[in-house]
Amino acid sequence: MEQAVSINEMKLTKKDFESDQMVKWCPGCGDHAILKSVENVFPELGIPKEKFVVVSGIGCSSRFPYYMNTYGFHSIHGRAAALATGIKLANPELSVWMITGDGDSMAIGGNHFIHLARRNPDVNVLLFNNRIYGLTKGQYSPTTPKGAKTKTSPQGTFEPPFNPGALVLGARGKFFARVVDTNMKMMSEVFAEAAKHKGTSIVEILANCVIFNNKIHGLITGRETKNDNQIFLEAGKPMIFRQERDKGLVLRGTRLEVVNIGENGITEDDILIHDPTTEDPGIHMMLAEMKPPEFPAAMGVIRAVKSQPLEDAVWASIEHEKEVSPLKSVDDLLHTGNTWEVS
Amino acid sequence: MTVKNDRVVELDQAVIRFAGDSGDGMQLTGNLFSESTAFAGNDFATFPDYPAEIRAPQGTVSGVSGFQIHFGKVDIHTSGDKADVLVAMNPASLKANMRWITEEAVIILDTDAFIEKNLIKAGYESNPLTDDSLTGHVVVQAPITTLTREAVKDLHIDNKSAQKSKNMFALGMIFYMFNRTYERTFRFFETKFQKNPLVVEANKKVLSAGFNFAHTIEAFANTFKIKPAALEKGIYRNVTGNLATSWGLLAAAERSGRKLFLGSYPITPASEILQEIARHKQFAAIAFQAEDEIAGIVSTIGASFAGSVGVTSTSGPGLSLKSEALGLAVMTELPLVVVNVQRGGPSTGLPTKSEQSDLNQALFGRNGEAPLIVMAAQSSSDCFYSAYEAVKLSVEHMTPVILLTDGSLANGSEVFKIPEVSGLPDINPPIVEANDPDFKPYKRDGEKLRRAWAIPGTEGLRHRIGGLEKEDIYGNVSHDPLNHEKMSRLREEKVERVANYIPELEVDGDPDADFLVVGWGGTHGMMLTALEQLRDEGHSIAMAHFKHIKPLPRNTREVFSRFKKILVCEINLGQFVNYLRMSLPGIEFDQYNKIQGLPFMVKELKQKFLEYLSD
Repeated sequence: MEQAVSINEMKLTKKDFESDQMVKWCPGCGDHAILKSVENVFPELGIPKEKFVVVSGIGCSSRFPYYMNTYGFHSIHGRAAALATGIKLANPELSVWMITGDGDSMAIGGNHFIHLARRNPDVNVLLFNNRIYGLTKGQYSPTTPKGAKTKTSPQGTFEPPFNPGALVLGARGKFFARVVDTNMKMMSEVFAEAAKHKGTSIVEILANCVIFNNKIHGLITGRETKNDNQIFLEAGKPMIFRQERDKGLVLRGTRLEVVNIGENGITEDDILIHDPTTEDPGIHMMLAEMKPPEFPAAMGVIRAVKSQPLEDAVWASIEHEKEVSPLKSVDDLLHTGNTWEVS
Repeated sequence: MTVKNDRVVELDQAVIRFAGDSGDGMQLTGNLFSESTAFAGNDFATFPDYPAEIRAPQGTVSGVSGFQIHFGKVDIHTSGDKADVLVAMNPASLKANMRWITEEAVIILDTDAFIEKNLIKAGYESNPLTDDSLTGHVVVQAPITTLTREAVKDLHIDNKSAQKSKNMFALGMIFYMFNRTYERTFRFFETKFQKNPLVVEANKKVLSAGFNFAHTIEAFANTFKIKPAALEKGIYRNVTGNLATSWGLLAAAERSGRKLFLGSYPITPASEILQEIARHKQFAAIAFQAEDEIAGIVSTIGASFAGSVGVTSTSGPGLSLKSEALGLAVMTELPLVVVNVQRGGPSTGLPTKSEQSDLNQALFGRNGEAPLIVMAAQSSSDCFYSAYEAVKLSVEHMTPVILLTDGSLANGSEVFKIPEVSGLPDINPPIVEANDPDFKPYKRDGEKLRRAWAIPGTEGLRHRIGGLEKEDIYGNVSHDPLNHEKMSRLREEKVERVANYIPELEVDGDPDADFLVVGWGGTHGMMLTALEQLRDEGHSIAMAHFKHIKPLPRNTREVFSRFKKILVCEINLGQFVNYLRMSLPGIEFDQYNKIQGLPFMVKELKQKFLEYLSD
């Protein structure tokens, strides 16, 4: 929620949001960069520091609230979405951030996660997807690729994984974005977009677990391979990727296809323009599902559709009822209906 | 049957049971009779008895829906053991209710329904109207269906709609039997069926037809009158336990100056609380229907953190699902009220029946040392005061409270004297002022040992809480062994000190008696009635009945030590008595338990008590 206080007056900096607690993630963990990016974004949002609430569930990522100097709540496994919803409904003026992981939100908290997306309170979700259980030391998660050998899948997993983006869209989510933990500029930009969006905004962060699943996103984030395997989507712009800007996406029939610009008479004009605002999730779903080697993985804001946040609807109803209800106090309520007097 | 009907017999009290198929409108019939009873100035209590299925197979015993009302000129504490009058709209409802009526009960039957098909469905091998099975009862045989159709034939409504009002024929007969007037009921029809004048007219005609029929055929040897009860001056209404609970919560939120947030998932028999709070947005009360029981409590903890009076309502299986989150509320020391409307368990158990078997779960059902306040409402109207007190204790002591009610209290109703909200005790939440230089998240007040409520959005109080153990005073994550022991003891002691803020245990009945009967929660009315009757019969007996379970009232041991024999009665296999044995070693307790999904009957309590009194 935007505040009437001007940024200049507040002069918030990164320092305002750094906590005095020791950060206990493993050296080389992707979470460090995510924390820095968040610390960079918060002072820029024009929100007084006491209005931020950072909540989480359980897992490596969920230690996050302790590392931010804001109001924070480290809750229980999988339930941060419910906690965030309660906070936002109770006080819509708070800027609520939910930190979660693939185990926390795709497994034990899957139910709360889809209902958060469906209900659409103005909560910003940062989903750290490292495709493994880190804090419990290396068991497969609902996003672990099928066949991956982990401590609990010595023969390789038998289960196909979730794609968080597809899950969000399937749950009728209004905002979904994806970033990589190796690009702080991208993270800061997209987190700010998420903050501005009214309603539940879910950002999947492809995060690296250096200990138990190192380089799981390597094809997408690797120095040598990222040029081919990432496309950063921007609203109103053609879906072009590679630094050379020589590849793009077109819609052929009902499928997306990668084309080489400049070959076979294809020009930039033939490339699909990204529109994150369409209610129809068809293209957004295809974008969320793209993965190497056939496609680059989609980064940036894939979907951002305007829709009334839950708390706005609830509080509008409260304001309306306050005005029209003949009941001004609980005393009035106690005397409604059939009463009788004994004198 | 005698033919004199001009005799009016005065009674102290009576119990009527209306029974029919679950689509026959017996609950409405019962409610209309209750309203009329209120208007007649009697004290009363009611209890609905309906199947778990919405429309169980028609005509079968499992599809019978009943409504019992106990009313009198004396104080009424229960909905009555057995009925003096049974209205049975079909063979199944007769069959299902024979065990719930007295040996001399008057039975009013719709003879039109006693046809072979229905008798078979009800499982009768012979027709009870013609065999001798109803001997001893006064049986009033009335062709209710035919007469109902007859009464509305001028209105030209179809047969099916006409038959819908046959319950009003039965009500008319009962009105006649108890010398009631029906103007108020007419007014109810006018409001309820405003949009359908034909239905208003039909109901009026059928009700009068029933009344006149009873008069004309001289159905009853005499009619009955029950004088108004000697109630205190004041304005009264009828409340069910769930309604009273909801209103108690709203009143407490209003007096605490905080907004009510109820995060709940629908579950029998607690759903009415969620439904009721959802109606009251004008008080800025939010009823959040969560995706499951866990989200119900966790969203509530979020709202509590954000400064609301947070409440979640549920029943047994739902409380199981909330266990982990209750631990979170204990650890974060936030206010939270869980209203648990107990039903028969374990698992899905008996969803529409009542039990007191969630006490162990409330006291102990969490990982770790996780103390919290446990209370139990003692009657339908006490649900109001208990809910109010649960909020007060929760916010003033910064701790979760589990308030136990039960299916009988929740669905049963009784007369409620309307209080003034301003006359209820003050509620003072310990909210920290902005920029308080002394604020520390886990700093405690010296008396109550509670931490303070620093609400997000307040300047200068940013802090983190969570499920990990916290360092005393400062609230940083701490794995220090001695700190954990200190915090564990502090959390326990904080809850124990609540004993200084709750009333002492009172003894009803004869303080010099040797024999003390003990109960808790929803058994209060039955136990009190049994006690009063035994004392009237000249016995010396006392009762201590608990509303506060954890902590126990300070004087509990002292009270118990005054008696030679103590009998603890509960609707479970002995959860409270074992808690007492554990909490008060050295005191001997006998126990009396019933676990049938049904409340105690006064008669069976008396019988049990007499075994002790005649020793």
